[in-house]
Amino acid sequence: MKKKINIQSCLYGITFFFITLSGFAQMPIFKRYYISDIPGLGWLADFYITHLMHYMFAGIFMGLVVYSISNFIVLKTGFIQLTRDMIIKIVIFSGLILTGSLMVIKNFSGTPFSNGMVIALDILHILFCMALLFFGVYQLIKRKKELLSG
Amino acid sequence: MSKKISRRAFLKGSITIAGSVAASATGVSTATALTREKKEPLATLIDISKCIGCEECVYACQESNADKYPNPEKPYPEMFPKRVPIEDWSQKRDVTDRLTPYNWLYIQHATAKVDGEERELTIPRRCMHCDNPPCVKLCPWGAAKQEDNGLSRIDSDLCLGGSKCKTVCPWDIPQRQTGTGLYLKLLPALAGNGVMYKCDRCYNLLEKGEVPACIEACPEDVQTIGPRSEILEQAHALAKEMNGYIYGEHENGGTSTIYVSPVPFDELNNNIEKGDGQAHFEKVENKMASGNNIAKAMLIAPLAGIAAAAGKFYKAAKEDE
Ligand code: SF4
Ligand code: SF4
Ligand code: SF4
Repeated sequence: MKKKINIQSCLYGITFFFITLSGFAQMPIFKRYYISDIPGLGWLADFYITHLMHYMFAGIFMGLVVYSISNFIVLKTGFIQLTRDMIIKIVIFSGLILTGSLMVIKNFSGTPFSNGMVIALDILHILFCMALLFFGVYQLIKRKKELLSG
Repeated sequence: MSKKISRRAFLKGSITIAGSVAASATGVSTATALTREKKEPLATLIDISKCIGCEECVYACQESNADKYPNPEKPYPEMFPKRVPIEDWSQKRDVTDRLTPYNWLYIQHATAKVDGEERELTIPRRCMHCDNPPCVKLCPWGAAKQEDNGLSRIDSDLCLGGSKCKTVCPWDIPQRQTGTGLYLKLLPALAGNGVMYKCDRCYNLLEKGEVPACIEACPEDVQTIGPRSEILEQAHALAKEMNGYIYGEHENGGTSTIYVSPVPFDELNNNIEKGDGQAHFEKVENKMASGNNIAKAMLIAPLAGIAAAAGKFYKAAKEDE
């Protein structure tokens, strides 16, 4: 059982890494800051490639989230109990998935949303992403402290 | 005659635009502000065979849009790292042989054989106003927008000048001016580099029910504007009449700028000057299509998640037995 949970966290980890990387690549920063000059990372400056990557990992992420939820509902495993940290994570994930899905709809032909709504989606998506990153750092520090204190 | 029909139809279209503006202004429904009703976009037809290269359209565009041009103040803030290019066109405002932040339309020249006779062709070039514009859809801040009538434009108050729109535009249309815009108020050394400029299809004139300046000024009636389906119909009739060719109908999945030429576009493409600020006439695949196809395919991901959990549940139930 323990091993399976590890595979799941491993998949979450890989997905987070690539989804964040390809997400940041949507802003024109990797070329400016020489990151795409590093041999083998040239693709980070190709907006179309990173856009596709972001979509693919978003799909995998949603699959993983649905799997975790189904597990929780059916087997009552995965989440031991709904802790405060868990609730924060659920809010952030829901925000990311909702804003991201609406942005995917926006990218189809036509103008389904007003420009104000598009701007709000762009900003909210990046805010949820920053919240997740900060929360991740907070959890790391917390875990380290717990380990140190025994 | 055809121009008249299109003008009437165009005015009809602009009434719909005015109507929608009035509806949202009175706040008729919040839903309409978020979910827009589908309206037929406007398109322009450019008959290359008629253009005499007088550049009246170019000057009309400059005059009509002069108050939208940037007035950057020097010295420009130092940018980090050093490789970030300063793009300054403020002292070269009279350049008309390419696109610049101060020139959103230029005339391209090509020599080609028309009916066995060598002829110099002149072609007005500007933003194509794509049906699904990557410059708009991939802008990270929503600074570029597409309006219901199909035009796309960049909001100079919001643009940070990162030039992503130019990189993703199949024709490299938007042009940057450093030292102006919102980035100056944020972190000018670290992010942003000015504002991107391009043809906005004279959105302000269209809102008033008027025709874009370049169309109005042309002495040869090279351009016609109207609902896209009518413009396409006219373009096909014209191409048939002159035994000519069409560009812009399918490029990048479809655009609102339909060129009709007496010579094939690959021949024109071989004869025109191409480079920064000078657009090509190559075939262009639909740039947004792969992402959108993946998005459709990804709908399966949540189902896969449920299936995986169901598999696990089934296995656990079996083990319990
Ligand atoms: S031609 Fe380029 S700038 Fe114009 S709408 Fe298409 S992608 Fe945008
Ligand atoms: S439509 Fe307006 S902005 Fe665009 S090229 Fe013509 S005059 Fe210039
Ligand atoms: S004004 Fe008309 S004829 Fe003159 S260059 Fe422009 S499109 Fe051609």
